[in-house]
Amino acid sequence: MKHAVRIAGIDRTFWCDENDSLLTGILKANSSGIPAGCRGGGCGVCKIQILSGEFSTGCMSGCHVSAEDKAAGKLLACRVYPRSDIELSVIGKMIRCFQKVA
Amino acid sequence: MAVTGVLRPGHAQIRVMNLEEGVRHYRDVLGLIETGRDDQGRVYLKAWDEVDHNSVILREADQAGLDFFAFKVLDDATLDKLETGLQQYGLKTERMPAGDLLETGERVRFELPSGHLIELYAHKTNIGNGNGIVNPAPWNENAEKGIAPVRMDHCLLYGPNVGEVQKIFEDVLGFQLVERTLTPDGEANIGIWLSCSNKVHDIAFVEHPEPGKLHHVSFYIDSWERILRAADIMSMNDVPVDMGPTRHGVTRGGTIYAWDPSGNRFETFMGGYIVYPDHEVITWTFEGLGEGGGLDYAHRKLHESFLTVVS
Repeated sequence: MKHAVRIAGIDRTFWCDENDSLLTGILKANSSGIPAGCRGGGCGVCKIQILSGEFSTGCMSGCHVSAEDKAAGKLLACRVYPRSDIELSVIGKMIRCFQKVA
Repeated sequence: MAVTGVLRPGHAQIRVMNLEEGVRHYRDVLGLIETGRDDQGRVYLKAWDEVDHNSVILREADQAGLDFFAFKVLDDATLDKLETGLQQYGLKTERMPAGDLLETGERVRFELPSGHLIELYAHKTNIGNGNGIVNPAPWNENAEKGIAPVRMDHCLLYGPNVGEVQKIFEDVLGFQLVERTLTPDGEANIGIWLSCSNKVHDIAFVEHPEPGKLHHVSFYIDSWERILRAADIMSMNDVPVDMGPTRHGVTRGGTIYAWDPSGNRFETFMGGYIVYPDHEVITWTFEGLGEGGGLDYAHRKLHESFLTVVS
């Protein structure tokens, strides 16, 4: 079953199957707005905040998602599966290498 | 050149967030051989053509990344000598007891200024590659299971103080700088590729603000054709691919970057070239890494994920 996922701020909506993660869903929809990283909950690039909606989650690296983050719905899009229509905002922190010296 | 001192990469302990998912990936898709499990629950694996008991150790943890990366050294005297050298350089060392890792002797552990734990050891049980050492067959059935690399080849680590790290590897551990990438102003190295042997690299580092990060652990494949076979197997198994198949300008190696189920990047790598101690260092400018094809010679672009995605 597909659910509508709305990205606040850029006001973009895509449809995501409930068997797909939000990140897989946006990639399958050929849309953009959530940065894609490792797709396995390890790198933290696709961090989002769920503003409304029901969802389930998979494993996410503790160095990117703390217990407080989880409680606040701050999660990795590659590990969040929609159970209803969802509204989210993108909060991923992209840390680029070479920052210090570039 | 006889390889003495530090011989080769020995093992990488990788954190996975679901052990059995990790084992399925490294054993059944990548095609490493499971050689043991310890009382901490860690799973030990090796590539089919490696002779020592293990080269990849998986530990279940609540975050992805690399616990430590180790090199095998020639013998106990070499281990003692290198430990003294590290201490004289000003690094703290710690002896991890024999048996702490299955079938592995005492390890000397130290932390690099990049935040990575590196280990040296002299002993690990030789269990062979299954073909024996008298009139051996060139390969066996394990060479066809999964992607089936021949060995764990090298790793690329991201962290601060790459200049200091280079000094430690060159001056204390006897590595050779094979290739490097310069900062935009050309004053320092932001990327270094180091060899302890005559392989094109045994370890590499890229300057990064967060310490202790893993970019990838690499597995060696014999041919370009088998790189394409690896790509097929990744796709058949829904392994997310980051980049490739393509060729790196740096090292000239054929490559695929992809991610394990916990988001640790791994590489299937082939080719490269042989390096000797009298070779000159190959230099890539900052622009050369991207538009010069250093990272991706076919596409001549600096993939954003190369700069940002680490575990």
